[in-house]
Amino acid sequence: MTATLLDLARIFATLSLLAVGGGNTILPEMQRQVVVVHAYMSADQFAALYALAQAAPGPNMLVATLIGWRVAGLAGALVATLALCLPSSLLTLAVGGLWWRFREAAWRRRVQVGLVPATSGLILGGALVLCLSTSRDWRLAAITALAAGGALVTRVNPLWFLAAAAGIGIVLG
Amino acid sequence: MTHAESPPPPTLRALFAGFLTIGLSGFGGVLPWARRVVVERRRWLSEAEFTDLLGLCQFLPGPNVINLSVALGARFRGVAGAAACFAGLMAAPMVIVLVLGALQTRYGALPVVQHLFRGLAAGASGLVLATAIRIGAPLRHHPVGLVIGLGAAAALAFARLPLLPVLLAAALLGIVLARLPGR
Repeated sequence: MTATLLDLARIFATLSLLAVGGGNTILPEMQRQVVVVHAYMSADQFAALYALAQAAPGPNMLVATLIGWRVAGLAGALVATLALCLPSSLLTLAVGGLWWRFREAAWRRRVQVGLVPATSGLILGGALVLCLSTSRDWRLAAITALAAGGALVTRVNPLWFLAAAAGIGIVLG
Repeated sequence: MTHAESPPPPTLRALFAGFLTIGLSGFGGVLPWARRVVVERRRWLSEAEFTDLLGLCQFLPGPNVINLSVALGARFRGVAGAAACFAGLMAAPMVIVLVLGALQTRYGALPVVQHLFRGLAAGASGLVLATAIRIGAPLRHHPVGLVIGLGAAAALAFARLPLLPVLLAAALLGIVLARLPGR
């Protein structure tokens, strides 16, 4: 049990510091660690937990809470969540003040602008991995495409798209 | 009215309450709600200050909105403020998601629930894809950046290369090429 908690802490603490551009960028690596490396669950179960975290209010990264809970109960949930949040939060605490102090510096602008393609690409890569894992047939792929298109061109609350997707899933059987 | 000279910094209780609202409101993406509460409702930061702080939080590793809660709390109330914002943001959603998880474990074997989750997962993927496209959209005016971004995405999603080397290569290329005139 303790060994499992330590594994969870190590996995999510590492992911925390890799998550440049936000939580979604580490989804592929999280999936690889949880499904392939440690075999805690199947790819389907991972996708279901992610969907659950999306459907609940709050940061999407609550998927870590669910994974920890599934693997090692309440202690696992707390360990995974804190491990995912603490290292990056401590770094933010340390750098936040400096960043504010150098807000006029030219190099800061340059780094900020230069990182945009990398973070955008990582976020898109994470999204594509997720889409590939849930598009197990053309009908599911169509649901994904409709939700993406709907969210892009309308201003409807995204929760409606999730509700519709769940309903279509039931109807399609 | 929007430019009070130097309003007193928000209390720990107010920070906690503000981020509790943000955590409870954000379905499928918390950042729009964070902006609404921090800038429009509570006026802790101006629009420009918020964008600047968000820039830092995207630049640093970690979930963006969690970084935002920590950085904003720290700016007003130090480490205690950071902890108050973080706890406010995470407390309620963690409880809710665990309750949902328990329900799914209990009823997850039913075919109808499995079909529901298959559809839900597909829809959630679509929402993530939409967010990714929206974040990357400004790059369409920067061909070099667009190529770097799409290249990094393809390396991760299709070539399945590990995250760290892709990140380093894309960041380095981006920073070097951003210096060229007329990017």
